Amino acid sequence: MTKQLVERKMMTALMSSPGFSVCSLFECSYFWMIATMALPPPDPEFVLRGTAAPVHTLHFSCRGQEPEFPILFSGSANGLVQIWNLKTHRVDTTLDGHGGKSVYWVETIRGRDELLSQGRDQKICLWDLAEGRSMVTDSISMDSVGFCRCSLLKMAQDRWLIAMPANDPDEVQVLELPSKTSVCTLKPEAGAKLGMPMCLKLWQPGFGACPFLMAGYEDGSVILWNLSMGKMLSRLACHQEPVMSLDFDSEKAKGVSGSSEKVLSVWSLDEQQNLKVHKTHELINSGISDVTIRQDRKILATAGWDYRIRIFGWKKMKPLAVLDFHTATVHCVSFSDHSSPSERLLAAGSKDHRISIWSLYNQT
Amino acid sequence: MWEVCQQQAQAASPELQETLLNKVVCLPDHLSNKLQGENLPIFLPQNYFPLLGTEIIQVLQRISDSLRGGLDCSISFVSQVLGKVCVHGRQKEILSTLVPCLTDLTKSDCIWQRMCWRLVECVPDRWMEAVVCGFVQAAPGADVLSRLLGNLVVKNKKAQFVVTQKLLLLQYSCPTAMLQNVLGYLALDNSRRFLLINVLQELMETWASSSAVKHSPVEQQLYISKAILICLSHLKDVEIDSHRQELFTCMMEGMKCHLDSNLPRIRCLGMIVAESISSRINTDGPILKFQYEEDDETRELKSLLIQMPSPPSVISPPDEGRKDSPSAVTEAESKPDRKPLAAACAVSEEGSDSELDSDDDLIPYDMSADKELKKTKAPLYIRDCIEVLTGPEDADKWEATMRVLETLIQRNTAATQEVSVELAKVLLHLEEKTYIDDFVELRQKALVAVTTTDPVPVAQYLTSQFYSLNYSLRQRMDILDVLALAAQELSRPKAPGKNKLSSVQTPYIQILPGSDSSKDWRRIVDERIRSKTRRFAKGQSQVELVCAPNKFSSVAGHFFFPLIQNFDRPLVTFDLLGDDHFVLGRLAHTLAILLYFAVNTMVAAAMGKALLEFVWALRFHTDSYVRQGLLSCVSSMLLSVPSDRLLEDVTEELVETQTWLADVAEKDPDGDCRRLALQNLLLMENLKKKLEAAPS
Repeated sequence: MTKQLVERKMMTALMSSPGFSVCSLFECSYFWMIATMALPPPDPEFVLRGTAAPVHTLHFSCRGQEPEFPILFSGSANGLVQIWNLKTHRVDTTLDGHGGKSVYWVETIRGRDELLSQGRDQKICLWDLAEGRSMVTDSISMDSVGFCRCSLLKMAQDRWLIAMPANDPDEVQVLELPSKTSVCTLKPEAGAKLGMPMCLKLWQPGFGACPFLMAGYEDGSVILWNLSMGKMLSRLACHQEPVMSLDFDSEKAKGVSGSSEKVLSVWSLDEQQNLKVHKTHELINSGISDVTIRQDRKILATAGWDYRIRIFGWKKMKPLAVLDFHTATVHCVSFSDHSSPSERLLAAGSKDHRISIWSLYNQT
Repeated sequence: MWEVCQQQAQAASPELQETLLNKVVCLPDHLSNKLQGENLPIFLPQNYFPLLGTEIIQVLQRISDSLRGGLDCSISFVSQVLGKVCVHGRQKEILSTLVPCLTDLTKSDCIWQRMCWRLVECVPDRWMEAVVCGFVQAAPGADVLSRLLGNLVVKNKKAQFVVTQKLLLLQYSCPTAMLQNVLGYLALDNSRRFLLINVLQELMETWASSSAVKHSPVEQQLYISKAILICLSHLKDVEIDSHRQELFTCMMEGMKCHLDSNLPRIRCLGMIVAESISSRINTDGPILKFQYEEDDETRELKSLLIQMPSPPSVISPPDEGRKDSPSAVTEAESKPDRKPLAAACAVSEEGSDSELDSDDDLIPYDMSADKELKKTKAPLYIRDCIEVLTGPEDADKWEATMRVLETLIQRNTAATQEVSVELAKVLLHLEEKTYIDDFVELRQKALVAVTTTDPVPVAQYLTSQFYSLNYSLRQRMDILDVLALAAQELSRPKAPGKNKLSSVQTPYIQILPGSDSSKDWRRIVDERIRSKTRRFAKGQSQVELVCAPNKFSSVAGHFFFPLIQNFDRPLVTFDLLGDDHFVLGRLAHTLAILLYFAVNTMVAAAMGKALLEFVWALRFHTDSYVRQGLLSCVSSMLLSVPSDRLLEDVTEELVETQTWLADVAEKDPDGDCRRLALQNLLLMENLKKKLEAAPS
């Protein structure tokens, strides 16, 4: 389809319409732009600068009522957790509890009053942030030295499960919080040769149901664990390289994982609890450090080693946007939990010390 | 009435025969003369001659009956009728009824076959050509033709001449099917095959003659190429073996003069024919392989060759020849049919297996910027660029530099002006060290950008380099392209906002020689037509007009005069008037473009005068591409130079040019040249009218 052809068709259509005017000619060229050229990718809503170190993890807390303001937690390579006020775009509080070792996972519990942070100093700290305090009230020490981020699941009021890598390199340990009692240790059979766990995702089919764990391993496979029985239900070798990140949509029983290769793998879970590959999506450049599905299950975002954030439609993995802003590897992407969908934001943290905040596909 | 006539005719005296013949054939004319408006519909030629055809069949039927009965009969009167009708130009009407009937009747009956051969043989020599042509046209395939004509070409000198010379070498209007008929007919019988080989030899000689390549129209060359390919498809390996050496010499000769041509179409023809010949004569050795773009024409030509040589039997099984081509056609036709079907299947599958709702409501953003990540950083300063381009090899950095160069130049005008000539020199001598997919385009864009930012010194440098030693033709043509593009860039009014958009839309001059400059002059002609056409509904074009001074006006001379100065001084490595006529053609086109963009400037009059002298010096150039360039020079001169200045300064030259144009419009073998000349004449006529109208 050549441009001339389309324009000519449009022109004839316009000329024959009764309200033909020069103005509609301009509209015509505007339509042309939309029809063929697509809009240029958007710019970030705003950029947060001042972490002074590569940003490794991000977590929003935006559900609070007025006069509370939306905040964003960021954990960076210098061991600091910073709390950003998204109204003023400035750091409100800085938490220093990991002795200068990189923080690579943060999560809130009890609204925004308590915060869990996992650092490379092999500690998970529990922070009390209520009423302006900022102190470590408790800590769990880990024996693992890997890069695996923990995963948290709320089981009931004041009861959580946390999955984290255990002392044996290929094991995953699940604890109950706040009691810190061990629920189970997930150990693959001898000779499975999975390598270390690389990423974890706790989920449950419905509230109160028995929880499951999705774990991605160093050998490129994704494993579904049943926590109550402590046994492996299904194993899917969907990558050649270590699985860097995964996310799972329990409603559609479909998940996505990224590795250091050029592909995103989408897999699904059938009724017999078997994982199978649903689709793979080829990327231009290799390396995915993080992948997140938005809470409304419409889009997903990936953080790429190629400095770019990619947005896909979740239903069909239709590529929607490539956000090219950062000048170094993007480490993490996170969607905000705003209660109104139109305010929802996407944050991305990068090795270039910057956090970019984007507003995308918010119209419902 | 007819039956009676013809029955009697068989025994009648010559004089009576003559008159009868006349009457029978010319009856429609006589009747219409006599009856004027009241002629009966049956006597209109389009009705009468088919009727005559059926009558002839009936007569032949009777003759065959009488032959079977042992009676001897002469068929010559019927032949004469046929011949006379054909020579009167009614082949189509009469043969449209005759040929199908005869085809049916001769299929199995040997008496009918003999009668049919006799029928054609008995046609007097003076009418032979018309009859043979008619049969060739009407016959549905080579085998039918062979059945109807028999060994006519061997027996009858006249027919032989028509088939081997006239149809193949002396004209080029026949459709491909007819060519296939003729050559297939020659190939079908062993007694005629020596003719096929003779024909091929003659065709090859024509194909390989450089004067034929230069002076005959493209259509004829296409026709001859087709004939050669069909011949090749019919020849057997043994026959090719015995003529391998001749074919080889002809091929080399012909390839040379075809590849030498300036017209891409002729080059392409040469490549295809040479490829085909080499694949036939070298059954085991390496064969020629050229790179050319596939289009409908090349595909058609190649399909001619695919047709398998027919088996060596004397009487070929019916429809052998025909089966091949239609099957090939249907195959080709069915292929594109299948594809969309498969695509549709794939689409429906995809649609059915996923959920009903889709991501369609989410409109994707432009993702064209999503490219492979480059490790190296592009330089930020022009001087760095020069360093990278001249320095040691670093493929990634080099590529990054090439990609960023144009924007850098445009952004830092002042910095560029400091090093403009140096940069132009580097770019002009730049070679593609590592592969970049659009290297040529990038280099050209960068050069154009340099030229537009600092026109005078760079143009001086480039024009001086055009005529200096030690450049390849490619580089010289690059210089011309860059100058033309820079002139266009400079003369275009620039509005800050729209600048970007327009540069995206205008097709840059492509690198494929031939196509680009023809595009250029086509654009010029289009613009000219636009300027001459009165528009009643002017919509957006008026709104978008931006007024800005023509930046080209002050520097046009620096672009133009150094180029036109030295064309007649041959160098050791560069001889414009000799072998390098291709560059001369490009030079002519470029000069035309430069003058066109210098419209409304002071210097245009002087430029026009110089250009007219240039044209005059070269007007009898043998190459049609050069002539086209000259003709576009004339038109851009007529358009750009103010008419009063034209009349004052160059009246005599104009009159001379006009006669030359008239000559070209009438006699030039190249169609494009004739058309351009005609357009020029029209422009002159308009000019004259305007001048006549002005004083009064």
